[in-house]
Amino acid sequence: MNPIVTAVITVVAIGLASGIILTLASHFMAVKVDETVVKVRGCLPGANCGACGYAGCDEYAEKVAGGFAKTTLCVPGGQKAASDVAAVLGVEAGEVKPVSGMVRCCGTAQHAAYVMDYQGPKTCAACNSFFQGSKQCSYGCLGYGDCTKVCKFNAISVVDGVAVIDHDECTGCGACAKACPNELIFMIPKTSRVHVACASHDKGAQTRKMCSAGCIGCMKCQKTCRHNAISVEGNLAVIDPSLCTNCGDCVSVCPVGCIKIV
Amino acid sequence: MKEMMVILVSAILVNNFVLAKFLGICPFLGVSQKLDSAMGMSIAVTFVMAMATAATYPIQKGILERFGLEYLQTIVFILVIAALVQLVETILKKYVPTLYKSLGIYLPLITTNCCVLGVTILNITKQYTFAQSMVNSVGAGLGFMLAMVIFSGVRSRVEASDKIPEHFRGLPITLIAASIVSVSFMGFTGVVEGLFH
Repeated sequence: MNPIVTAVITVVAIGLASGIILTLASHFMAVKVDETVVKVRGCLPGANCGACGYAGCDEYAEKVAGGFAKTTLCVPGGQKAASDVAAVLGVEAGEVKPVSGMVRCCGTAQHAAYVMDYQGPKTCAACNSFFQGSKQCSYGCLGYGDCTKVCKFNAISVVDGVAVIDHDECTGCGACAKACPNELIFMIPKTSRVHVACASHDKGAQTRKMCSAGCIGCMKCQKTCRHNAISVEGNLAVIDPSLCTNCGDCVSVCPVGCIKIV
Repeated sequence: MKEMMVILVSAILVNNFVLAKFLGICPFLGVSQKLDSAMGMSIAVTFVMAMATAATYPIQKGILERFGLEYLQTIVFILVIAALVQLVETILKKYVPTLYKSLGIYLPLITTNCCVLGVTILNITKQYTFAQSMVNSVGAGLGFMLAMVIFSGVRSRVEASDKIPEHFRGLPITLIAASIVSVSFMGFTGVVEGLFH
């Protein structure tokens, strides 16, 4: 047969075979996409920031459409996203609760023990990659202010080697939380004004040697709290913002003074 | 067995596809910023390389050589690889959704990646048997993974440094760092002869 014809037929045949296989595959192996999920996803900003607590906007859209999540969890989307999503689902729009950041460390220069005189690049990321920071406590605030550089609202500053957030200036965008290499900043509801300023899971005796203001897991706060809002998990006290009434009993009873009121 | 080891070590270290042959620079520079995305990308590339070899080798021997159409190699290989990757993505999405979530986004990126096409064409050029071709492809993928992981470590250090001159920041210093890593891999040149002979 004419070689040109052979070549053309071969390539056309291979192409046609591939096309047919792909069409059949897309037909029989199609994953059903729920219309509602697509519509809900369209109402979300698409930043995939994870503030809602799910792994990205796609997952949140799935959970909301399935009725497993509230419509008000999207922080960057705010009230508008919440009402749009509620409109798609045909339910009442809830209220978006404003959040604020809190730094889980109070190990200032007078409390924390240092393990080295760090001379490298003055960024938290660089300091953390060098034996987990210059403080003895590997969980603590590194103090070089990567968080302050990303804050657009001047709500966070480094005072005495520890980052401090201005509760009123903070808009809850979460940029500082993402920038912190030790993941020390948590976003909690703005109404919650009592928080544990420590992230150390080390045992009490060890923590005591590394930082005089670190949580030693003594459980005095847990026994004092009348609302069951604070509990010690893994040698660290944790407050549940939904149960806490800001009464401040735990603050006065803590022997090291690591629970703060803003 | 020994020649399989020679092929494997050669593909991973001596003739590393990224650092010695300079194929696949695009995903190498694009996805190597974080370690987990670098790992995901290189696993996807290894997977695609192995499947591409398994598909293109029989087509070369069974169709192209039988009809004397070896000159159509480039077109047919690209066609087959693109269709194959699309098919794999559809299958993954349907049957292994967890794998699709972690690897799926990289698959369209490596459809016409030159290192995938390169490994399939090189298998033919070097006249390997089918088994040798598969070993070569897996080795190429593993070499890609090694280069990516090493470079993601280098990159995170380079990015944390504040001593880089302003006009070198970003792509220029990344390319210079990549070339230094490539030069360091030249040290493996005598390994194959030394180890196996």
